[in-house]
Amino acid sequence: MSGSQRRDSSPRSSGPNSFIRAIDLRPIAEPLFAILLALVVGAIGITLFSGLVPGHANFDIGLPIAAYSALIEGAAAYPNGWTSTLVYATPLILAGLGIALGFKAGLFNIGGRGQFLMGAVGSMAVATAIGPSAGPWITIPLALLVGGLFGAAAGFVPGFLKATSGAHEVVTTIMLNYIFVFATYWAISGPLKLPNAHQPITGDVSNLNASLPIVFGRDLNAGILLALVAVPIIWFLLYRTTLGFEIRAAGANPDAARYGGMRTNRLIVLTMSIAGFMSGLAGSTTLLGVVHQMAPGYDTTVGFDAITVALLGRSNPVGVLFAGVLLGAMRAGSQSMQIQAGVPAELVDALQAIILVFLVINVLRRWLRGRSAGPAAELSLGVETGHASEGAL
Amino acid sequence: MSGFVSSLDALPVLGILFQFVGYVVANSSFMSQTTVAVAVPIAFAALCGVMCERSGVVNIGLEGIMLTAAFVGWVVGAAAVGLLGAGTPFAIYGVTPPLMIGLVAAILAGMAVSLLHAWLAITLRVDQIISGTIINIGAVGITGYMYTLLAPQSPIGAGEFAAFVVPKQIEDLPLVGWLLNAVLGQGPIGMAMIVLVILLQIMLFRSRWGLRTRAVGEHPRAAETVGIDVIRLRYRNVVLSGALAALGGAWLTMEHGSSFGPSMTAGRGFIGLAAMIVGRWTPLGALGAALLFASATGFSTSLQISPPSGDLGHLMAYVPGEFWEALPYIITIVILAGLIGRSVAPAADGQPYERESAS
Repeated sequence: MSGSQRRDSSPRSSGPNSFIRAIDLRPIAEPLFAILLALVVGAIGITLFSGLVPGHANFDIGLPIAAYSALIEGAAAYPNGWTSTLVYATPLILAGLGIALGFKAGLFNIGGRGQFLMGAVGSMAVATAIGPSAGPWITIPLALLVGGLFGAAAGFVPGFLKATSGAHEVVTTIMLNYIFVFATYWAISGPLKLPNAHQPITGDVSNLNASLPIVFGRDLNAGILLALVAVPIIWFLLYRTTLGFEIRAAGANPDAARYGGMRTNRLIVLTMSIAGFMSGLAGSTTLLGVVHQMAPGYDTTVGFDAITVALLGRSNPVGVLFAGVLLGAMRAGSQSMQIQAGVPAELVDALQAIILVFLVINVLRRWLRGRSAGPAAELSLGVETGHASEGAL
Repeated sequence: MSGFVSSLDALPVLGILFQFVGYVVANSSFMSQTTVAVAVPIAFAALCGVMCERSGVVNIGLEGIMLTAAFVGWVVGAAAVGLLGAGTPFAIYGVTPPLMIGLVAAILAGMAVSLLHAWLAITLRVDQIISGTIINIGAVGITGYMYTLLAPQSPIGAGEFAAFVVPKQIEDLPLVGWLLNAVLGQGPIGMAMIVLVILLQIMLFRSRWGLRTRAVGEHPRAAETVGIDVIRLRYRNVVLSGALAALGGAWLTMEHGSSFGPSMTAGRGFIGLAAMIVGRWTPLGALGAALLFASATGFSTSLQISPPSGDLGHLMAYVPGEFWEALPYIITIVILAGLIGRSVAPAADGQPYERESAS
């Protein structure tokens, strides 16, 4: 591993040691450039198939403009647009921080989906068990905590498996995602089912005195405060604590970390558990603040969106905050784009993939322009692949 | 004799086991047909994974390749029906021109997506997990986008390939009749799966190509030293393997059914990844694992259609249906954790290759 070579060109060394200096221009310019390029490609895609949108001619250049302006309006209009953006951004920031923490440690956590669902199940279980008699001041903190812990348990399993048997976390988290998806279905149709309901559906947390309070406008719930507090906490954890130093050291070069006396197996388990806690919180806040109730087939796209957020934010907590808001805006705006311009909301998923392609290519082009040798694609994304080279995949 | 039988009641575990065997034998015809059918797309995905990873490229984009191929096969088939008409089905397998055009388009689409993965992973040396994730997210987005646009017109696809009708004499053979019926009584894509598994197994371990592929996956530097073009071989294998996953996708929209739905692969690509691991990166092993995973589905489907009686029925009533769906993933985790033997990946799996002193 060419850890020393990486270090000099990594955004870390240019100073995430301070909150302000962390915001240097390059890590902002590159994602923005990737997003702009992706929007252009998206516009071409919309134009190519505009004939399929009712009321539009083939190759209608006006359609992407209409679509994007509807998207921006849906995401930024005062006040319902931007509150909606922040509602979507809340779980993305929380889960994105967890994924980013994993990246720093050299762990690729694809298990956000399962951890999110376990968080939601944990919170629902608490809300159901306590019932409406207790006040929200008891139920909500407890539900959030248990949700986080459920997520942490879901993250602990792949961490433990990696530490004890070397099973690669990418494969185990993929498998666990489905195990947790089916566990969630089972919970909704079994222990958490509303007793007299005809279909498998859980109680409504707003009837259980457990819904997160609205802090602004029509729908912005208190979850956003949690996300905003989590950003400096994770930043502090990463850059101001021994644990954070060890996480970054183990991610950059696990062998050196081990020789330096760090217990890397313990670090893997801890990092995965904390990452799971964050994704679990994302599930909790979504359940308690947005959806309120779990219906059959309850699922989420947050797990994979959070990977995009962590990559776009270069695994930096501040970057994750901005990337989370940006992707949240795209999700929020996609609804009004579909309604007003007739362009399907799935465009956002396609755009995500295109953004990521440009992001990873752009990095490489810069590297090709003449830098030291070594697998450079990961470095500017903040993804450490130290641990990834270990264990069976 | 009756004393022996009643003493079995005192041993409920043994009794349930006997009942279980009896139940499986009684329903073997239905169960084996369901199992083989469910296993087809899983095995195709696993074959794609085997071919990629044996040459050292991790591919978690299987799901995305299958979804893209399923969609393209359906759409192109529908377009071909519009241009050429449905055509009269051929006597064997119900082949029509639009179906063949759709199938070819699906295979090409799968290979195109694989080419993207190869370009990102081999040429640009992007993290292969990121590349696979991009493919999965992009496939859901692009096929979902196009499907939402097309859905209001409810286009009718090119229909589906017909299953081979197994002659009654073969079906009635003692002991092996049900098995031959399950294996042969499939459409052309399902049959191709069995042929390709055997072919790949032989190729991988008995041919020059197979030896080179394995060398490149285990120790690319050494392979390069003896004159193998690592980059080219990896490219060829990854792109060709896309055709395999594509066949799995095409099976969904052209043989198992004739319509497309958003995200219709529903995790089959990931079960295929699991089958590849459980099958220890060999085609035959992957097929075995795919059949094992599919048998859980076959068994649980059979439970719903003809529930067993007695103690077995009581026991099964306590097992939630979700358990059977989660079982393949649980088995994979158990095997990955090393509880039942170890499954070891090719040594250079997932590591980008760079020529020495490329000037």
